[in-house]
Amino acid sequence: MNLDINDKKIPIIKIRDFLIVSIQVDMHDKLAVQLQSQILHEIERTGAKGVLIDISVLEMVDSFIGRMLSGMASMAAIMDAAVVIVGMQPAVAITLVELGLEMPRVDTALNMEKGMEMLEKKLKEKEG
Amino acid sequence: MQEIISDKSWTKLGVYPIVNEHDIVKVRSIVRQCAKEFNMGIVEQTRITTAVSELFRNMYNYAGGGDVVIENGMVDGHNALIITCIDKGPGIENVELAMSDGYTSGIGMGYGLPGAKRLVDNFEIYSKPKNGTTVRVMKWK
Repeated sequence: MNLDINDKKIPIIKIRDFLIVSIQVDMHDKLAVQLQSQILHEIERTGAKGVLIDISVLEMVDSFIGRMLSGMASMAAIMDAAVVIVGMQPAVAITLVELGLEMPRVDTALNMEKGMEMLEKKLKEKEG
Repeated sequence: MQEIISDKSWTKLGVYPIVNEHDIVKVRSIVRQCAKEFNMGIVEQTRITTAVSELFRNMYNYAGGGDVVIENGMVDGHNALIITCIDKGPGIENVELAMSDGYTSGIGMGYGLPGAKRLVDNFEIYSKPKNGTTVRVMKWK
């Protein structure tokens, strides 16, 4: 099979109740959509209660990727899992706001550690 | 709306076709590289890369692809990085409407044109129904 480097899947790691996804490549649209369904399948398969998506390597988030991320948060919420986006670069945050893309319902954290704390807190509140 | 033509004094840095999704990724990274070589700061690099990403996707989604011309030249006293997106697609019926925030033609959140315009220093669009669309964006050095 002739596998293009661009067609490689993005790995999803499960640690305890959480899925960890680190996006390390500049995603084309199909890959972004594929990642979305891949994560939802993993939530179903593993019963994960939270998803951390690290985008610290992403040098840009355009409207498509932005919509994919917020769409994923909504879908995961329906499946009883919380999504936290971590590590957004300052330049990316500035550009997203100027572009006019709002990402309601998307939780963000500065880094993996803070994101993990956020998810744990959410989980506790739920179990309350 | 004025037809978009290149100034003869500008230097052409390259012409790149957008045929598939991989081209969107490839050409936007070429644009970022040009911005870097232009000594733009990281925020400016991100702005222009994001703006052209929106334009490239429009070409791919609505016109089945097109050509991207990257140029460098003086515009109104500014040393400018100039990116022109040319497609031979169906064109835009109502450009004014497409340029208004919140407009969508059905797929997604619309052309993303007003958003792209906010990210650049100069934005021009020329479209004729059935004849295609040309969008040119510029970023000052």
